[in-house]
Amino acid sequence: MYHGTAHTVGAHIDTDAIIPARFLVTTDPAELGANCMEGLEAGWIKKVKNGDIMVAGENFGCGSSREHAPVALLGAGIPVVIAHSFARIFYRNGFNMGLVLLEIGDDVSKIHDGDELKVDADTGVINNVTTGQTIQCKPVPPFMKGILDKGGLIPYVQDRLAERA
Amino acid sequence: MPATLAEKILQQHCDEQITGPGQIVRCRLSLVLANDITAPLAIKSFKKMGAAGVFDKDKVTIVADHFTPNKDIESAEQVKVCREFAKEMGITHYFEGGNVGVEHALLPELGLVGPGDVVIGADSHTCTYGGLGAFATGMGSTDVAAGMALGETWFKVPPTIQVILTGELRQWVGAKDLMLALIGTIGVSGALYKALEFVGPLASTLSVEGRMTMSNMAIEAGGKVGLFAADDKTLAYAAAHGRKGDKAIAADAGAAYERVVTIDATGMEPQIACPHLPDNVKPVSAVAGLKVDQAVIGSCTNGRIEDLREAAAILKGRKVSKDVRTIILPATPNIWRQALAEGLIETFMDAGCIVGPATCGPCLGGHMGILAGGERAIATTNRNFKGRMGSLESEVYLSGPAAAAAAAIAGEIIDPAKV
Repeated sequence: MYHGTAHTVGAHIDTDAIIPARFLVTTDPAELGANCMEGLEAGWIKKVKNGDIMVAGENFGCGSSREHAPVALLGAGIPVVIAHSFARIFYRNGFNMGLVLLEIGDDVSKIHDGDELKVDADTGVINNVTTGQTIQCKPVPPFMKGILDKGGLIPYVQDRLAERA
Repeated sequence: MPATLAEKILQQHCDEQITGPGQIVRCRLSLVLANDITAPLAIKSFKKMGAAGVFDKDKVTIVADHFTPNKDIESAEQVKVCREFAKEMGITHYFEGGNVGVEHALLPELGLVGPGDVVIGADSHTCTYGGLGAFATGMGSTDVAAGMALGETWFKVPPTIQVILTGELRQWVGAKDLMLALIGTIGVSGALYKALEFVGPLASTLSVEGRMTMSNMAIEAGGKVGLFAADDKTLAYAAAHGRKGDKAIAADAGAAYERVVTIDATGMEPQIACPHLPDNVKPVSAVAGLKVDQAVIGSCTNGRIEDLREAAAILKGRKVSKDVRTIILPATPNIWRQALAEGLIETFMDAGCIVGPATCGPCLGGHMGILAGGERAIATTNRNFKGRMGSLESEVYLSGPAAAAAAAIAGEIIDPAKV
């Protein structure tokens, strides 16, 4: 269960906004996290507390394939992103990195900046404590759930390698 | 059942029977790539996976092209990680220094990708190879690490949008303009999770290089791949670049498309994508007169020899405005050499351009042409997100090579037909 304050951003937030290329000279989550969202607004991340939740419009994470984007969000203490929809590469990356991604379509309008949210990642239920509303996100496809159940892509690959040995 | 081009290519690399969009399949990979920004993360994940080696030393490639020639100590450290990994794994196709080119111009040129291939790359513009009839898509570093270890990955079979290209291109209008027109029509998420398949009379007429320019920007519409059928032209290109045994491949007649979009080149002006999204596309006449401080001609989108020829045709015998830094980056060493042999480099130098090495550099605001606050660039690159080329207060306008060269001369955005 995740519990935090919602920080809303608009539609088509690209990975250059999440972590500008000039910061891609490291793979360290803390360093990347310190510069998270610098491409949207200088110092944006300063308003975020550890455990807070990002809430975005359509096509979150479009653009570059940089895995540094979900790593930066995690490094900044954001464990969950809720969006209208996600860009394809970002979705896979977030999933592989253990960032919780919830796609909720038009229901995203039911969450406002500063709302207090409780998120159950297993059931996909979002409880907006501020408004009292409950939102159910779209389920994760079974194949991807299988990877999650193994503990992510890295253990999944370890198993595949073992099957071949 | 008749199959789309995406389904047909995937089927050749997969043991399960593909039945349609939404199905998740495991496919064998023809090539796996990463660059100096994404490989270090991939290597980290690869080590955690505990793989003894890469699945095939000839089918994993690392191209150090983004922050190279190394722009600072941190980038140099990242390239060192790539180099040491390539040595440790015995990777055949490692590129750094004199053999390096912008990856998506380089790998087709060396015949490392071709028709019918399935390719994943830790770079979103991996979709470029769709121009050769390859199912090629960008992924993150950890997915690519898995590909390096296993030689396979999983895909959700995408639904396909068929894009019919028709009409005739007027002078100074080309593949880039067609693609910008498409992105302007369907939007930056218009092809989200989907394949684009380019067909029609104009698709056949386009050169293989032009096709790669279009496929390159499939991701700017959110697409997974942007595919052209591999025809005689593709096979000739592949053979000329040292490949053997490639076969033509096209969609089956009667395949099911989610949507059909027609892009008609009749009367089309050069297209310009305005800040700050690639779908904010306008005809050049609508933005003519806007002053520019910098012009960039290069990148995986438009840094190939045809692009340089087009720019040189505009620049020949003219001078760029003293107020416009005009940066030309031939995308590979071979393109550089060819441009030199054809006298294009001399044309650029005579016009007052800066001719630099093959690098992604300014496209992503890395180096070699960063913008200050309040500055505006016109660029043949692929993204105009806020701050993409430098300051958050700068602007990038995307265009084809002719419009960028014309703006460099005029000091402002202008229809190349008017210079």
